[in-house]
Amino acid sequence: GCRTLPLSAHVGFDSLPDQLLRKSIKHGFCFNVLCIGETGIGKSALMSSLFNTNFEDSPSTHFLSSVRLRAQTYEIQEGNVLLKLTVVKTVGFGDQLNKADSYQPIVDYIDAQFEAYLEEELKVIRSLFSYHDTRIHVCLYFISPTGRSLKTIDLLTMRNLDSKVNIIPVIGKADSISKTELQEFKKKIMSELVSNGIRIYQFPTDDETFSEINTITNGYLPFAVVGSMEKVKIGNKMVRARQYPWGIVKVENESHCDTVKLRRMLCTNMEDLREKTRAYYESYRCCRLEKLGGKDIGPENKLVSLQEVIEAKRLEFCLEMERKEEEIKQRFVQRVNKKAAMLEEAERQASMPVLTKFERVMLMYQEEELKLREKKKLLEDEIAQFIEKKAIAESIQSQVSVSTPVVSLK
Amino acid sequence: PHAGPVESRTEAAMSELVPEPRQKPVVPMKPMGINASLLGYIGIDTIIEQMRKKTMKTGFDFNIMVVGQSGLGKSTLVNTLFKSQVSRKSSGWNREEKIPKTVEIKAIGHVIEEGGVKMKLTVIDTPGFGDQINNENCWEPIEKYINEQYEKFLKEEVNIARKKRIPDTRVHCCLYFISPTGHSLRPLDLEFMKHLSKVVNIIPVIAKADTMTLEEKTEFKQRVRKELEVNGIEFYPQKEFDEDLEDKTENDKIRQESMPFAVVGSDKEYQVNGKRVLGRKTPWGIIEVENLNHCEFALLRDFVIRTHLQDLKEVTHNIHYETYRAKRLNDNGGLPPMTVETEENHESNL
Repeated sequence: GCRTLPLSAHVGFDSLPDQLLRKSIKHGFCFNVLCIGETGIGKSALMSSLFNTNFEDSPSTHFLSSVRLRAQTYEIQEGNVLLKLTVVKTVGFGDQLNKADSYQPIVDYIDAQFEAYLEEELKVIRSLFSYHDTRIHVCLYFISPTGRSLKTIDLLTMRNLDSKVNIIPVIGKADSISKTELQEFKKKIMSELVSNGIRIYQFPTDDETFSEINTITNGYLPFAVVGSMEKVKIGNKMVRARQYPWGIVKVENESHCDTVKLRRMLCTNMEDLREKTRAYYESYRCCRLEKLGGKDIGPENKLVSLQEVIEAKRLEFCLEMERKEEEIKQRFVQRVNKKAAMLEEAERQASMPVLTKFERVMLMYQEEELKLREKKKLLEDEIAQFIEKKAIAESIQSQVSVSTPVVSLK
Repeated sequence: PHAGPVESRTEAAMSELVPEPRQKPVVPMKPMGINASLLGYIGIDTIIEQMRKKTMKTGFDFNIMVVGQSGLGKSTLVNTLFKSQVSRKSSGWNREEKIPKTVEIKAIGHVIEEGGVKMKLTVIDTPGFGDQINNENCWEPIEKYINEQYEKFLKEEVNIARKKRIPDTRVHCCLYFISPTGHSLRPLDLEFMKHLSKVVNIIPVIAKADTMTLEEKTEFKQRVRKELEVNGIEFYPQKEFDEDLEDKTENDKIRQESMPFAVVGSDKEYQVNGKRVLGRKTPWGIIEVENLNHCEFALLRDFVIRTHLQDLKEVTHNIHYETYRAKRLNDNGGLPPMTVETEENHESNL
């Protein structure tokens, strides 16, 4: 602890909050809302009514095979506050025949935002101050206005989310329940939440300025909300309302529904919601880093252990990558060689018969030529012999023809 | 003759080698900057009040370091800035004490409150700086101290189960006292600022400015500014960290005209024109510390405390600390963890 010193005169650091706020205002604020509810329960209508703006959105079908999430970011300016509002809605929630896994995509989405932030935080070169924070600050869970009790899917989903996000349960399309039924319904819902151990967001009561109003508002949970994209002319004003043959439900009328209460509570506790989200993030980060194998051993070992773990994992990964790369290279080289060999073989075979044929023909011709030459020689010899014989015969004949009568020498 | 079919077979073989792309995590689509027009009040602007309440509740930390040769009036100036005895004046070295061989680092913390705003102010004194015969590397203990505070913060930040509010002992501002020689900066000044301007916000001040006339002051300041520029010393507010045009215009004026602030400090009050003022009494007149005609103390006070205090902290956190962290995480593996000075070295004011 440090000693408190008195100041002898005005120093001027009481302007610090203003200095800080000036920077925050320049930077803008982020607020991310997740709406979970069945198709057609009025998520879009409520968001439009809460922020008094018609957020463009197309209605979705009931026939999606799994739950999906759709996110859109809007910039809203009020006074000198620039709010980056992200509205995430479930699409197809409650439509499937088997709803056992319906909550999983939602949990995965929330975790993915934490993961993205953690990733940025763990980078060597990071820019946290300009990072667009997408972590979900509040989850509006829409309960169907059955008037009876919570559905199993409600309990299942909320139980899986209450350790990751601030949950504010609301009753959607609450204009279909009468006032008396509504009181009973609200009581039933709250007692079911308690008996199932589901933690919902409680508006903070520690600050004396707000503790009274927050305690009262906590008693209104779950909020019975009505939203409308349309405006009805009442008197000389256009008012957000729903027009029925029996009357007009005014969205902004607190005796008609709790929409305005919800809006007020969201706005006046925005910073608290953001802070509690940071706490949820810390526990996510804790779990995640523990899974990675880090441990807080002792004061001197902390930095080393986490770094060591990360470094070891990185080396492991690098080695694995190298190994895989080598493997792939080897396989590739093998294939190339095989293919090359195949090509060579094919080429050889293609060219071989042609050459041999030619050679064979040549050989044939040569053989023929030889034979013919031999025959020629034989013939020539025969001719020579014949000429010789003829010559002898003629000489004998000439000798004989002198003395004896010609005798044919046949 | 076999060109066609063989080639496509090779292509197919190649594609088998390319790995499947990894599944991307589910993240929201790029933000649609639809400027929704508002009709009717919603109440978003109440967040300002909520944040103000929160900051008032948690309070602020501010750590200011003073560096300069002894006798330049560092403690007096800090006490004048914060209008209380936050820094103990050293009485110089008497014969029994030995001049320390190296620079000592003494951090003393106090809590001060004003207008509902609580501030834990830590003044870090550096006795011995520039006092030895051989002052080479006398900035090293200071740089080491500053890095140790970054290291402390990093260790806590990296913890798995970490505190909600990490205690901040990082030096947000370093006032460097320049001797009013009237000539130029000394090699010691340049060496110190060259090394340290990269790790901490340095605000150079000309101490004991009552020894210079107005003309001498203006010339000296110009020369100092020139020398700092020539030596590539970026003092706070650094040009590259101006966030927008508004900041740049405001800071340009301060950088190019006002800084370095020529200051005089005093903790004694005198009566001038019926008012009690802080000042120094001389045979030739009373120097009023907070009179802008006499010295620029008021400018320094407004600059550091009333307008740029939060910014000093933010630049320290977002830039200097991040630079340290990035370097530390990059030189990973081989580097052993730094030994951090334990709490015993810090004087607490109990």
